[in-house]
Order: sequence, then structure tokens, then C-alpha cells
Amino acid sequence: MQPFHVHKGKVAPLDRANVDTDQIIPKQFLKRIERTGFGEFLFYDWRRAKDGSFEPWFPLNRPQYAGASILVAGKNFGCGSSREHAVWALEDFGFRAVIAPSFADIFANNCVKNGVLAVVLAEKEVSEIIRRAAETPEYKIMIDLEQCTVRDDRGFSAEFPIDEFTRYCLLNGLDDIGLTLQHETEISAYESGHASPYASAP
Amino acid sequence: MAARTLFEKIWDEHIVCIPSGQLPLLYIDLHLVHEVTSPQAFEGLRAAGRRVRQPKQTFATVDHNVPTEPRGTPINDPIAARQIEALQKNCKEFGVPLFDMDSPDQGIVHIIGPDLGLTQPGMTIVCGDSHTSTHGAFGALAFGIGTSEVEHVLATQCLPQRRPKTMLIDVTGKLAEGVTAKDLALGIIGQIGTDGATGHVIEYAGEAARSLSMEGRLTLCNMSIEAGARAGMVAPDQTTFSYVKGRRFAPSAVDWEKAVARWSSLPSDPGARYDKVVQIDASKLAPFVTWGTNPGMVVPVSSHVPELNEMKNASDRQAAERMFEYMGLQPGTRMEQIAVDRVFIGSCTNSRLEDLRAAARVAKGHRVNPKVRAMVVPGSQAVKHAAEQEGLHRIFQEAGFEWRESGCSMCLGMNPDILQPGERCASTSNRNFEGRQGRGGRTHLVSPMMAAAAAIAGHFTDIRNWRFH
Repeated sequence: MQPFHVHKGKVAPLDRANVDTDQIIPKQFLKRIERTGFGEFLFYDWRRAKDGSFEPWFPLNRPQYAGASILVAGKNFGCGSSREHAVWALEDFGFRAVIAPSFADIFANNCVKNGVLAVVLAEKEVSEIIRRAAETPEYKIMIDLEQCTVRDDRGFSAEFPIDEFTRYCLLNGLDDIGLTLQHETEISAYESGHASPYASAP
Repeated sequence: MAARTLFEKIWDEHIVCIPSGQLPLLYIDLHLVHEVTSPQAFEGLRAAGRRVRQPKQTFATVDHNVPTEPRGTPINDPIAARQIEALQKNCKEFGVPLFDMDSPDQGIVHIIGPDLGLTQPGMTIVCGDSHTSTHGAFGALAFGIGTSEVEHVLATQCLPQRRPKTMLIDVTGKLAEGVTAKDLALGIIGQIGTDGATGHVIEYAGEAARSLSMEGRLTLCNMSIEAGARAGMVAPDQTTFSYVKGRRFAPSAVDWEKAVARWSSLPSDPGARYDKVVQIDASKLAPFVTWGTNPGMVVPVSSHVPELNEMKNASDRQAAERMFEYMGLQPGTRMEQIAVDRVFIGSCTNSRLEDLRAAARVAKGHRVNPKVRAMVVPGSQAVKHAAEQEGLHRIFQEAGFEWRESGCSMCLGMNPDILQPGERCASTSNRNFEGRQGRGGRTHLVSPMMAAAAAIAGHFTDIRNWRFH
């Protein structure tokens, strides 16, 4: 996976709370057996009218946000279904980070596995970024995972919390299956001390 | 040793090691797999030359995509068919047992785990599906994971996990007649919100939680994710043991006695501490109906669509205005005046035998309103068979309900069972998100009895006033 150090990019605001993964990638697009190619279906039912045309009101369809790589949204982003396809779609569309006051647990885990940074900022800070993104043409911010900061060129600055291990994995773009397999001895020892729950089953 | 909660006992028992600077490595006892969230995980294994570490602790089934028309009907959707074929091929290649389309054990993963006795107290259980929280009803630690984590568990039988916080939901008092586990779940989410339990594992305790049947506990734990919880659990007791005993994968003979002794030590110790405690008075709960597009937007059936000035805060008001428009509702409308076009009785929340019995009791001797299309989708082939043994299918069919084959069906509409734009549905499923049951579809979450009553009345109606035949 792609490491994340410092990323400067254009911001697209999505001023809604409780954006669920059914909205991020509707179920009709979950039938692919590949990890790729989900970007065009991102927020499909919001981005597209029933006839397939682009909805002009939706932020990601507006020219001022074209090419955005940072999505800013309301609290509890990514709630609902565990579908990792939601993160694959965001990443494939070009997003490297999502900023919100809070994230649903499974979605946040899925982000880490794909090198997408889920940045938690205070509600006030998120509102400020959304306001600036709406008012400032080509509004960009810089997310620094080394320093755990978010800044713009106009005086906005905030720090974000992130646990050390998540930060380490993202900075290094780590395959954590490889890390777990380094503990083969401990896993085998655990298994020999615990009978398989279905040992006596058919 | 300090007093520990049910969660802490299971967590401690399953820590393989805590590598320095990393997250604790949690051992996974049972991994359930389905067709939608697994193909990329198997592909990852293949690319890295890895095997499935414990195929005997891994069980697969097809549920999300499968049509609920009679088995043997070809799958018309070629992409769905390809996904099902991918699972068949992957299970064969990696040695994972599969309960396939034609198996008498096929069903929704969260129905067949308990059905088969795979789900047992004290276990760690994962699945690439958020409703894995269901299995916590047995006093197991069960949670949903993403596809990368599915691959991780397939390869290592472990997951690096941040230790979640704990939340006690103490449900005092008794549920009134007509008020079910589903209403309890909706009442809780209505109170704490859809992110009220984010980062936490919920333990449901108190008189009302304890007096639920296993089926009721499964419904309650199932909906934990809708409050944002990592997992939900109920401490195992005699109700649990009686349910597990004799099932195909349950411990037998000498092993049974040992297992029960072990499971009996799992309930939280007196004085164990939780990070958060929530009190709910069950006796104050009513049959609920959701009115909005998340499961926290819920009111008693005897109430009305809220007015804007009844909303808790500005952001809820803003969200509510959008919901009114999407749902085609006017604030202040009485819930009992809202007519439905469709009724869905099914899903991992409410498609067990007890749910079907409850719905059938309502339907018996009545007719589905001619304006309503109503379907009943049993959670598994085993549930379907058991229901037919009791004649429930005849009650439904005589009343005008469709009686279908098992699967996730209209809960998420990945198969052909979907709502048309603007159609309004009384659904026993778990999510009323925009478009969840079909683009433009309007979902109201209710209990199985409330769903059956809505099908017959043609609108929501208070089950407490129902004329049972």
C-alpha cells in the first residue's frame, strides 16, 4: 500500500453527518470481484440523477472541486455496512484523506488498510475547513502525518490525534499480514494450548 | 484478580501476544465468509502465496446475492453469478467448507452460525459483515471487519486489534405485550444515537435483556452496529446453554459438561467497571417505527413524524428536513396514517423461527391489503424447513404473503428483491438508509409483528390493539 507522509491537495466539502457506506458505494456496485474500478461509482445515487446525468448540486460534480484529494464531512462518517469497497471507491476516485469530527470504527480500520488517512478534527475545525472550501477558489490544505497537523496557506492550523501504530503503518505503507506472520511461533503456541472449538464436530 | 467484565474475560483469553509498539494480536475462533466481501481477500492470499491457516474454523455460505425465487432458477444477474462462482472456486481451492445454494444449511451467515451450533459462548467471531455483532447474543465477542481484515484472518487466524471501550446498557423493567427485542434495539438507538456506542463493546444486562429468548438477544445484539458499537453481547446463561445443546457443531458428551463449566465463568464479575453506563427503562418502550433515513430516527407507532422544533439540535433539524423530503413525509403526520406499498419480513435481524411465528400469529385469519405486496424471507433453509413443519408457510400464503427462499434479500437489495423509487416499505431489517432497499425506496424499520400488521392494514398500526384470530 501507498505510504502517507505529507499530502497537499484540494478540498471537497460534504457537509452532512452520518454519511453511511451505502451512500459512499451503493450495493449494486459490490458485485465486482476486483479491488479496482470503484471510483466511478462513488456516491453514485447522490452524484447521478436517475437518468445517469450528473447532479449539479453535488459537491463532487462542481468544477471548483474537480481534482480534490481531501474530502471533508460531518460526524460519524462511514457508518453502516463494513464494505471496504467504500474506501476503494474513495481512493480510486482520487481521495487520499477524509477529515471528519468522527468516523465509524470499521470504516476507519478499512482506511488504514488502504493507505487512506482518516483525520479526526474538532467539529468547529471541520466547519471552518468546510466554510473555507466553499468560499475560496482552489482551496487547498496540507496534511502532515509526521507532525499530525492540518494547515492551509491562510492561517488555519489544527492538530489531530492518531494512535502510534496506525501512524507507523501509514507512514511506512505496511502490509500488516506480514507483521502478524512474524509471530508465527506465538500463534502456534496459542493454538496448541487451545483445542479447536470444533474438534469433536462432524 | 480484579473484577472483570464478560468482554474483558474473552479479550484476555484470546490475546496471542502484544508485540512491542504494535496492537495486541487477537486470536479468532470462528471466521464466517460470504460471497460479497471475500473475493478480493482470497485473491490477496493467492497473490502472496498464502494459505488459509485454519480452514476448520472458517465457514462460508452464499447469502447477499442469492435470488429468493425457488432454488434451481438460474441467476439472471451475470455479475452476481460470477461472485457466487468465485466463492465456490475459492472455497474449493483453499479447503474452506461452503454451505452452497443447494445446501440444506444455506442461509444468512448470522442465522446459520447459531443454527448449526458454530456460534458458542466465549468465542471470538468475525465476518466481513457489520452485522456480525449478532453472535454476541451467546456471550461471544463478535464483530464485523473489512475485506483486508478478512484476508488477514484467513492468513493468520489473528487480527491486530485496538482494545475497545466497554459500555453497559442496563435494561430494567419488563417489555410490555407487543413490544419486542426489535423495539428495544430501536429504543436504545433512538436514545443514544447512531454513533452513541462508537468505539465501545456493549453488554446488555438487566431484567429485560436477561428475559429475552436467544432469538430476541440475537435481534438486540444484531442492531448494536446501528448504534456504532464494535460489538454487542449478552452474558451466557441457561437460556444460552439450552439453545446450543445438541446442535451439530456444539460440544458433545464429556466436552459438553466442560464447556458449560467454562461458559458459566464468563458473566461479568460483581463490581466490574465499564467505561460508560446507560440506563433504559423497558417498561416505558412502545412498538417503534423509524421515520427517517437512519435507525436513530424513531418514534412510537402511537406518535407522529416529529416537528422540526422537537429535534435535539440544529444539525438534526438540518438532517431532518432532507429526510422529510426523501421519505415523502410531512412533520406531524401520525405514524398510523402512513400507508405502505411493500412489506419485508426477513434479514439477519428478524428472520428466525420465533420472528416468523410472531408474524404468522398476526397474519393468521387475515388478508394482506390489496395495495400491498408482502414477502416473507426465512433466514436460512433450516428456518424455512422448521417453519414449514409447523405450517407457518400456509398461514402466510393463505393471507397473501409471498413465501420465499432464504437469503439477505430486500434488506440490502443486492438480489432482485428491491423497492422501486418512491415505494414505501415496512421492513424488519436493520437499515433505513437512503436507497438501501432500492434507489428512492422509503424504508421504515419495525418488528415482525408490526410488519405483518402493516401488511394487513395497509398502513402502520399499533400491534397492541390487534385482533388476533
